[in-house]
Amino acid sequence: MIAETRPAPRANMSLALRAWNIRRKALLMAEVQGQGYIGQALGVADVLAASYFHALDYRPEDPEWEGRDRFYLSIGHYAIALYAALMEAGILPEEELATYGMDDSRMPMSGMASYTPGMEITGGSLGHGLGIAVGAALGLKRKGNPALVYNLMSDGELGEGSTWEAVMSATQWQLDNLICLVDFNNQQADGPTRDALAVGAEAPKWDAFGWHAQTVDGNDLDALVAALDAARGLTDAKPRVIICNTTMCKGVDFLEARDSNHFVRVEADEWARALDVLEEGKPQ
Amino acid sequence: MTRASMIRKYEPRRMSDTRVATSAMIASLAAEGYDTVAAPFGHALTDLAKRDDRIVGLSADLSKYTDLHVFAQAMPDRFYQMGMAEQLLFSAAAGLAREGFIPFATTYAVFASRRAYDFIAMAIAEENLPVKIVCALPGLTTGYGPSHQATEDLAIFRGLPGMVIIDPCDADDVAGMVPAMVAHDGPVYARLLRGKVPSVLTRHKPDYRFQLGRAQMIREGDDVLVISSGIMTMRALDAAEKLIADKVDVAVLHVPTIKPLDIDTIRAEAARGGRLVITAENHSVNGGLGEAVASALLTAGITPRFRMIGLPDAFLEAGALPTLHDMYGLSVDKVADQIKGWL
Repeated sequence: MIAETRPAPRANMSLALRAWNIRRKALLMAEVQGQGYIGQALGVADVLAASYFHALDYRPEDPEWEGRDRFYLSIGHYAIALYAALMEAGILPEEELATYGMDDSRMPMSGMASYTPGMEITGGSLGHGLGIAVGAALGLKRKGNPALVYNLMSDGELGEGSTWEAVMSATQWQLDNLICLVDFNNQQADGPTRDALAVGAEAPKWDAFGWHAQTVDGNDLDALVAALDAARGLTDAKPRVIICNTTMCKGVDFLEARDSNHFVRVEADEWARALDVLEEGKPQ
Repeated sequence: MTRASMIRKYEPRRMSDTRVATSAMIASLAAEGYDTVAAPFGHALTDLAKRDDRIVGLSADLSKYTDLHVFAQAMPDRFYQMGMAEQLLFSAAAGLAREGFIPFATTYAVFASRRAYDFIAMAIAEENLPVKIVCALPGLTTGYGPSHQATEDLAIFRGLPGMVIIDPCDADDVAGMVPAMVAHDGPVYARLLRGKVPSVLTRHKPDYRFQLGRAQMIREGDDVLVISSGIMTMRALDAAEKLIADKVDVAVLHVPTIKPLDIDTIRAEAARGGRLVITAENHSVNGGLGEAVASALLTAGITPRFRMIGLPDAFLEAGALPTLHDMYGLSVDKVADQIKGWL
């Protein structure tokens, strides 16, 4: 589906503004439902902006274009963030924003491939994306297709054993066409991720498994761009991972300050306030 | 509950004076007198792959035990050894299917159905991807005990929307199902018989050919209708021969596709002639062919005398396969005895 009103060409707007737009759209969608994984969406907005408006090759008018870079959202509950990015990219029409999570919407609360243009896989059962990405990367190589596979996962998924099966396999098959992005916000449902299974030095662990590993401030667009360029430009026959340390609820200070923020509770009157706070921080 | 009370007591079986050793992992299923075909799945897949370059093969360290090694040796470039990692096996197969390939992913039935179920459900079935799951050691075809005996795989996959399920009887079925699986645009779970697989069906019915979704009468009979799948069709046919001496006339309806079930044929045959209807399956009596047939008949108001032959709702014992088939009622003698007892 092609947007009636498509955003301006990519080069004309700064990445910061793209990230800001993603945050704003996500907040507007969450307001529609009165809930949503807004903490994750605000936190990962910069990673999505750098991915969709710097790194990825795609055609908004043709989401199935064979030459596109594949972007897998392993974390289905982050769908609200990807919908915002897909709207910003012109893959989803912006006028569907108000349908988020509604009956008959193409944007269900958890991401599913069959519902949404640009949603490549059905995520949500965690620990699936990277394994599927391994198969897709093998398939692209078999076809001689130079496109890259990106898999966006969360730090919580580092606890799933299937993630590590895929990590080992990507090394075994020397998948230099696979880039894994880990949104490391150190929050999972029951508390800090590092208190569960993700304790320890993250990049060295991936490095030990044979990956090219980088760690960046996932809310620093310049750092993200540099890391994505390094990952894409690398000639080593190994898969690449970028661990993106992000802050939940980034960009809305009073939500950032909230303690337990895996599923952020936002009172009905706070959505407008959150949008006001975001507005104040709009990049000039 | 104390630990001691949880441990099953070892009670030596005294079924006969001669003890049979637990045979190799894959015991021969061949009944006396049938010809066998070596690795029918591996050869059928290799032949088809020569004409269809979308086909790729994947295994999780069990290619030799699923006959996929035949394909791997013939087309090493199209074979993916995924290591001992079944969650990855099916996820990666899904990824290859997304890129336009038709992956055949093989392992043992226990590992696909129990260990990798969520990955098959969400990465493959929910998206209707054409991944073909081919699994050895279905039901009670190994004496290695519950870790390797997939007695509930059909029940598990019957619950999965969109999954086609095949339970082949013999080498003819195994060879015939491979092109049918490719022709079906969606996920398929097939039980596999591997190694030296007997050729049974065409001996009883020379024009028999596997057809996806079709039940076929292999043998007519007036007294009893056995509705069977998998190796139990072989057992039922042999039992039927045996029962001729007792003047019992047994029909055998072979149902190699468990889902979608050919309910029209099953209903028509079960409604005909007042025969005793018996289902026979190499699977737990919970959730397999028997209950599927019962449901198909009752919902159509067809109520013949009805009995089920299948494995009990239990973790089965280890031992030699012939011993176990006798113990759990799957041997030819026991099938014949059960039929006679119900008449």
